Amino acid sequence: MSCCAPGAEMALDYTAAVMPSSAEIKLASRALGGDLHQTDLSVPSVHCAACIHTIETALSKLDHVESARVNLSTRRVTVRWHGENVPPLFAALGRSGYPAHLFDPEVAGKDKTLSELIRAVAVAGFAAGNTMLLSVSVWSGAEGATRDLFHWVSALIAIPALFFAGGIYFRSAANALRHGRMNMDVPIAVGVSLAYAMSLYETINHGEHAYFDASVSLLFFLLIGRTLDHVMRERARTAVNGLSRLAPRGAVVLDGEGGREYLPVSEIVPHMHLLIAAGERIPVDGTIVSGTSDLDCSLVSGESTPRTVGAGAPIQAGMLNLTGPLTMEATAAAKDSFLAEMVRLMEAAEGGRSKYRRIADRVSALYAPVVHLAALLTFLGWMAAAGDWHRAMTIAIAVLIITCPCALGLAVPIVQVVAARRLFEAGVMVKDGSAMERLAMVDTALFDKTGTLTLGQPRLINASSIDPTMLAIAADMAAHSRHPFSKAIARFATSPSQLRLEAVSEHPGFGMEAVTEGNTWRLGRRGWAGWKARTGGEGKAGGYGGTVLTKNGMIVATFAFEDAVRADAKLALSTLRDSGVSIQMLSGDTAKACREVAGALGIEDYAPSLLPAGKVEWVEALTRQGHKVLMVGDGLNDTPALAAAHVSIAPATAADVGRNVADFVFLRESLLAVPLAVEVSRKAGRLIRQNLGIAIVYNAIAVPIAISGHVTPLIAAIAMSASSLLVIGNAMRLQGFSKGASFASPSKGGRGGADAAARPS
Amino acid sequence: MTTLVYLIPVALFLGALGLAGFLWALRSGQYEDLDGAAERILLDRDELPK
Repeated sequence: MSCCAPGAEMALDYTAAVMPSSAEIKLASRALGGDLHQTDLSVPSVHCAACIHTIETALSKLDHVESARVNLSTRRVTVRWHGENVPPLFAALGRSGYPAHLFDPEVAGKDKTLSELIRAVAVAGFAAGNTMLLSVSVWSGAEGATRDLFHWVSALIAIPALFFAGGIYFRSAANALRHGRMNMDVPIAVGVSLAYAMSLYETINHGEHAYFDASVSLLFFLLIGRTLDHVMRERARTAVNGLSRLAPRGAVVLDGEGGREYLPVSEIVPHMHLLIAAGERIPVDGTIVSGTSDLDCSLVSGESTPRTVGAGAPIQAGMLNLTGPLTMEATAAAKDSFLAEMVRLMEAAEGGRSKYRRIADRVSALYAPVVHLAALLTFLGWMAAAGDWHRAMTIAIAVLIITCPCALGLAVPIVQVVAARRLFEAGVMVKDGSAMERLAMVDTALFDKTGTLTLGQPRLINASSIDPTMLAIAADMAAHSRHPFSKAIARFATSPSQLRLEAVSEHPGFGMEAVTEGNTWRLGRRGWAGWKARTGGEGKAGGYGGTVLTKNGMIVATFAFEDAVRADAKLALSTLRDSGVSIQMLSGDTAKACREVAGALGIEDYAPSLLPAGKVEWVEALTRQGHKVLMVGDGLNDTPALAAAHVSIAPATAADVGRNVADFVFLRESLLAVPLAVEVSRKAGRLIRQNLGIAIVYNAIAVPIAISGHVTPLIAAIAMSASSLLVIGNAMRLQGFSKGASFASPSKGGRGGADAAARPS
Repeated sequence: MTTLVYLIPVALFLGALGLAGFLWALRSGQYEDLDGAAERILLDRDELPK
């Protein structure tokens, strides 16, 4: 293994499912012609050069592997292999200590917008640098033919910049106008193209003033802001896409004559018989034909206790099969399954959020008409006063150039880039800038229980009252099972116990059985493992109806579990309350389970046993009362509510649809990510308003100078650069705030928490 | 003044050369994995799998 501790930083691997079958790998691979295939894997724990080396060596050593290449920025490995059989990629990676999962390249695609933006920045930068050089010569006194030559060369250089870089703004402005809307790109496009047209006219007529440098450097500045904005969002998107996929890609279909075939989910139709191995998720709704197992329903219904199921039981897509293999009959195709129903509910609910208008758009809707009107009035005024239409036109265009919203165009995105970067470092992914604007406004936060406030994993709570020898035996037995209770017990495994376990077997729905030196040990359900208690005290049923360890039918230990509350949940909630956000809990789980968690976290308002539609109604009722609702949830059943809320946050362990619909996704285990996101968003909102203020002050000073006809290209260049730098500098203050502030290390659990509690504000 | 006839084209040509170089690097994937490039320098060449 290498220097790094994979998985320590991000709380991703606790959902690690079984390795995908080779049929599934093949389904996710791309054929490159011949018998060459390419498979993309996401390996979240790659950190350094040693990791790269270990992974590339381990994979290249496998038979039939052509090449393996690690991309450290995106934490991915691209493997090319040939032949019919898939090489054991996952086993090789697992042995090297790097858990991996399949990655769908078609989801990510190649980022065409980014390369277009970077190309535009490069061209604009080249043009801006060269025109500025020539302009400085003109400003320092070039005259006559030399000045004309410099102007002509500038005009020539500016053309590709205008087409390449300006095209982005022209298209966006045209698009906005066609839909009858106004955005910041409209005044930018008008300003840039008029500046170029007037300068060209001046150059042809041997004029003194040309604004080529202004129009090109304006584009350059704005494009830098736009590119950074895009890069930030793209990084967040890549990180979210790289999370392991929870929805199954396909399932093994039995054809009734002993044959089996792996089919993608989309090709599964009702009445097919499917084989679901332990550790796989149910792909479509159906009923169980044969087999007994425990199902983890936390993503589907929010229930924290696994459900024991047998033949005849109905099951829903998205449940996780924990212990035994099942044969099920599909009753619905994937497009009619539970998941699809959630997507429909989600789309129906998505009306509210699309109505939100970004701050920048609202400002430009006011700003653009005002400046265009000011330019028109200037033109009319000079015509009336001097009667020289050329002079009136020049001054009117100078007004447009000086008011061209360079600072305004940067005011919002630059702050959001700095804020998103700040959150990214704390493991919170921001999908887009408007999410931060909306989060800054929230006054009510709704939390899902299972998987959000809690980890959705049971924790053993009476370990200290159990005989250590018995606990060690139980832990050894539990290590053989995937049941969440077993995993909780197995965590207490100490040094290997003295007893050698033989013939450990799992009885799905009941528990584990093992034999040692003639004794039969059973770990599991009370009624199955044994009834007789060794002592009276241990006979009481513990939390989840009693999980016991028995020796030859005698109960020797009783285990009590509770759903473990997420680290720092209590502190996170109280921090939110302090910042004026009221908190409620919505859950699909039983009233009893909700009462326990609500009591532990001090939540007063909670609603148990809610169906997905019930959660949406809850959100909508609050919205109607005028509240701005933040929804935090992870399950499939929360997805419609995530879409209905004003803004939403999901943990990395959420269902795939939930992660896609949520505005923020946090990758670490600590719930402090939520107050941090609110805090940074509010701070960003304040800085955005300050920046808009700076831009308006700049205009208040510059516009009168322009209207009075005193603006030269030199003054325009200085004024515009100065205002842009001011705005950028102000945005950087967010970085300073966060470095010194409390939430610097929310991942470090208790310590970060203690610091946050001591926070002065 | 006549020097300008040479100097301006030379300056523009050099600038355009840099721009072309950047666009080439962008297209050929040199910027795909910046973090990886920074780390790979630490690996010895003969250690690398072919």
